[in-house]
Amino acid sequence: MLALFYIFIAVAIGVSFWQITRILNLRSVIATDKDNDTQGKLFLWFTAFFYAMMIYCLIYMNVLMLPESASIEGEHDDNLFNITFILIGVVQFIMQFLIFYFAYKYRGKKENKALFFADSHKLEAIWTIVPAVVLVVLIGYGLWQWNNIMDLSDSEDPVIIEVYAKQFQWEARYAGDDNTLGRGNVNYIDISNNNTMGVDMSDVNSKDDKKLSAISPVMYLPKGRKVIFKFRSQDVLHSAYMPHFRAQMNCVPGMVTEFGFTPKFTTEEMRVQSEVVAKTAVINEIRKKKGEDPYEFDYILLCNKICGASHFNMQMKIVVVEQEEFNKWYAEQPTLGQELAIK
Amino acid sequence: MSDHHHKETFVTKYIFSQDHKMISKQFLITGIFMGIIGVFMSMLFRLQIAWPEKSFTIIEAFLGSHQTDGVMDPDMYLALVTIHGTIMVFFVLTAGLSGTFSNLLIPLQIGARDMASGFLNMLSYWLFFISSIIMVISLFVEAGPASAGWTIYPPLSALPEAIPGSGLGMTLWLVSMAIFVASSLIGSLNYIVTIFNLRTKGMKMTRMPLTMWAFFITAIIGVVSFPVLLSAALLLIFDRSFGTSFYLSDIFISGEVLHYQGGSPVLFEHLFWFLGHPEVYIVLLPALGITSEIIATNSRKPIFGYRAMIGSIMAIAFLSTIVWGHHMFISGMNPFLGSVFTFTTLLIAIPSAVKAFNYITTLWKGNLQLNPAMLFSIGLVSTFVTGGLTGLVLGDSALDINVHDTYFVVAHFHLVMGVSAILGMFAGVYHWFPKMYGKMMNKALGYWHFWLTMVAAYGVFFPMHFIGLAGLPRRYYNNTSFPMFDDVADINVVITLFAILGGLAQLLFLANFFISIYRGKAASQNPWKSNTLEWTTPVEHIHGNWPGKIPEVHRWAYDYSKVDENGDYIHGEDFVLQTTPLKDGEDPS
Repeated sequence: MLALFYIFIAVAIGVSFWQITRILNLRSVIATDKDNDTQGKLFLWFTAFFYAMMIYCLIYMNVLMLPESASIEGEHDDNLFNITFILIGVVQFIMQFLIFYFAYKYRGKKENKALFFADSHKLEAIWTIVPAVVLVVLIGYGLWQWNNIMDLSDSEDPVIIEVYAKQFQWEARYAGDDNTLGRGNVNYIDISNNNTMGVDMSDVNSKDDKKLSAISPVMYLPKGRKVIFKFRSQDVLHSAYMPHFRAQMNCVPGMVTEFGFTPKFTTEEMRVQSEVVAKTAVINEIRKKKGEDPYEFDYILLCNKICGASHFNMQMKIVVVEQEEFNKWYAEQPTLGQELAIK
Repeated sequence: MSDHHHKETFVTKYIFSQDHKMISKQFLITGIFMGIIGVFMSMLFRLQIAWPEKSFTIIEAFLGSHQTDGVMDPDMYLALVTIHGTIMVFFVLTAGLSGTFSNLLIPLQIGARDMASGFLNMLSYWLFFISSIIMVISLFVEAGPASAGWTIYPPLSALPEAIPGSGLGMTLWLVSMAIFVASSLIGSLNYIVTIFNLRTKGMKMTRMPLTMWAFFITAIIGVVSFPVLLSAALLLIFDRSFGTSFYLSDIFISGEVLHYQGGSPVLFEHLFWFLGHPEVYIVLLPALGITSEIIATNSRKPIFGYRAMIGSIMAIAFLSTIVWGHHMFISGMNPFLGSVFTFTTLLIAIPSAVKAFNYITTLWKGNLQLNPAMLFSIGLVSTFVTGGLTGLVLGDSALDINVHDTYFVVAHFHLVMGVSAILGMFAGVYHWFPKMYGKMMNKALGYWHFWLTMVAAYGVFFPMHFIGLAGLPRRYYNNTSFPMFDDVADINVVITLFAILGGLAQLLFLANFFISIYRGKAASQNPWKSNTLEWTTPVEHIHGNWPGKIPEVHRWAYDYSKVDENGDYIHGEDFVLQTTPLKDGEDPS
């Protein structure tokens, strides 16, 4: 790869010098018919390159894409995305063709005359109204879906989890038996006493809350139940991004933000999902070549707002399990009351 | 023009010049130097993205204490992307583009002797120059330059504890930008006043070339939105230096709770994007204006739908000021606001589509003179469409959730505003170089420059959409911490190779530009056979632009290939200068 890179540079520099030396004896400055012809044809060649690239990307990079949404709410995101993407794909293919084909077709010749065509209200009306109508559909579906995702008011029996961000680590706290999170604020942070998330232990709702272990925390979620996340940050902006669930929300110091979704597949189910299997196979082939351990699919929470030096490695594993398994796991976790009292 | 016959000294002619033509060259050359820095930085961080653990001599040579054995440090990576963004958006594509072409063309195309205030114009350049110098100095401070992203969101940008670049580097960034805003405001006010008051006889607003409309509206957007950036920056300076809490609240860092109470980073985001989004159009509209002019001239056809073009520029300008929230769908602001911003944002697609279709129709049945400037303009239309279309994904709040801050966004805005505006800027340079320097640029080099740039631009930014859709976040120092991104590593290598090709291709431009200034072929008065007023001025620059009276204008700027009922050119040629009076019975278009 590196050799290719140097060859690449050498060729580019060679071409530059060759061209620069030519400047001294090449004095033609305005396009002639011959130039128009050459450049027009180059536009055709470029069209070939461009379309080949677009088609290549669309086909061969498909396997790299995120698999289907692992949350129920995200299904409509995928739908809307597909509709939008097909639409822009079609428009892109037509418009680029027109631009480059016209550049070729109407390349100038001395004897040709351009058509004096300054206005056409009919045409302009068409290309104002058609996009407007299409947009009404996209906006309508988009707004309906946006409302669908963001409105958390009528969730029945949700799991409530506080996701807590700091440089460069995620923590999480479950709301406990009363399903209400105890108050939190940076003033309650007491590192020596393991109160790393700043939970106000004098709040009655706090004692039954359950916090994930700070060392390689894994966030468990039950399949098929709405999960409502409350996000906090203690230092700078972070963004909790869970790409497989089509979920993202910024964590903002000084305020609590929220987002919710219902997991649709357990981690085990997702591992045998066909898109995931295909993507994992590609990844493992690459890892094998590098002599690294094989990768197994996992849901992930990662930071997606620039937050400092280790921004690129701020992650937490998410595991989705069936409700019973979740209950079992949940029962094993100590409450904050127990945990903080021991110390 | 009281100083019309004053003797010019070297200093008043080349340094503290009040002549718009000289000031435009000063803007251009400063912009080019800043551009070299900005592009070079992108080469460095692309190396890091493609080969994260590899040692490079060039990194060792340039990054000093911010690298270890030829591998850059994570802080430095963030600093590079931050300063790359800042320089390219503000210093190259705002000052370099608007500053150069508004200054050069406004007086020449509306028929004025100079800007309304030559002194303020000079001041605008020198403030820009000082701000550039401060920005460059900030690269050399010990803890490194600002590194909180070009959007400098607090608290990251407010707390040196959070990232070293938020110390002195950030202070210099803010000071530099404050001066930059002053420069930009003074310039914009000057442009507006000049266009309003100094048009020559007969130059009605509806006869102005589209370049003038674009620069005019751009200046208005600038005046409306830049002051808000200044206030955002001032409040941030207060938070940083005087302990106020406009943007900060409840912060625990380095083992202690800071005193800040009650502020909100979301406020900063609102203020920043109130400028930040219109800024996209401050960058793009001048490029579109330049393109309109060049496409019409080189197609030998009137621009299609002149009034619709003006209408869409105005619509874009208006909408651009009420869509800033689409950068903040997931910032924690009220979801209802998100709905409103989705609505207004997607509306921008309509005037943008009108513009794109009108360009294509202008090409249709033209007699295209494929000069380098024309190629760049056609390239602009292409990248504008490609980049603009993905805006439909990002502007839709529901879809934005999952692609926000991924490489999909990076690909989108680089194509639609970065590459497009740069292509427009190049088009402008190739087209008006004869007007600026009285020399012609080399055509063959121009062609090579265009094709390499175009292939590289798409080679870099087209595949980038897909790694974004794979979920890869932007501003990651490396992607090796996530096995799920292992499969995009090869694509990143390819992208970097194209980026290097694109970077090297710009050397052709630099060579062509600087050699042509001295050794280019002498330009004729109207080399592109254009209709507009600037081509009626003598090749040799004179103070006051026209030797005698300022010419009177009798028609719009787009009477190309106008024929009578027999199909013969009405005025004998396929172009008609705006100064040519209407013939008897000629239909004013």
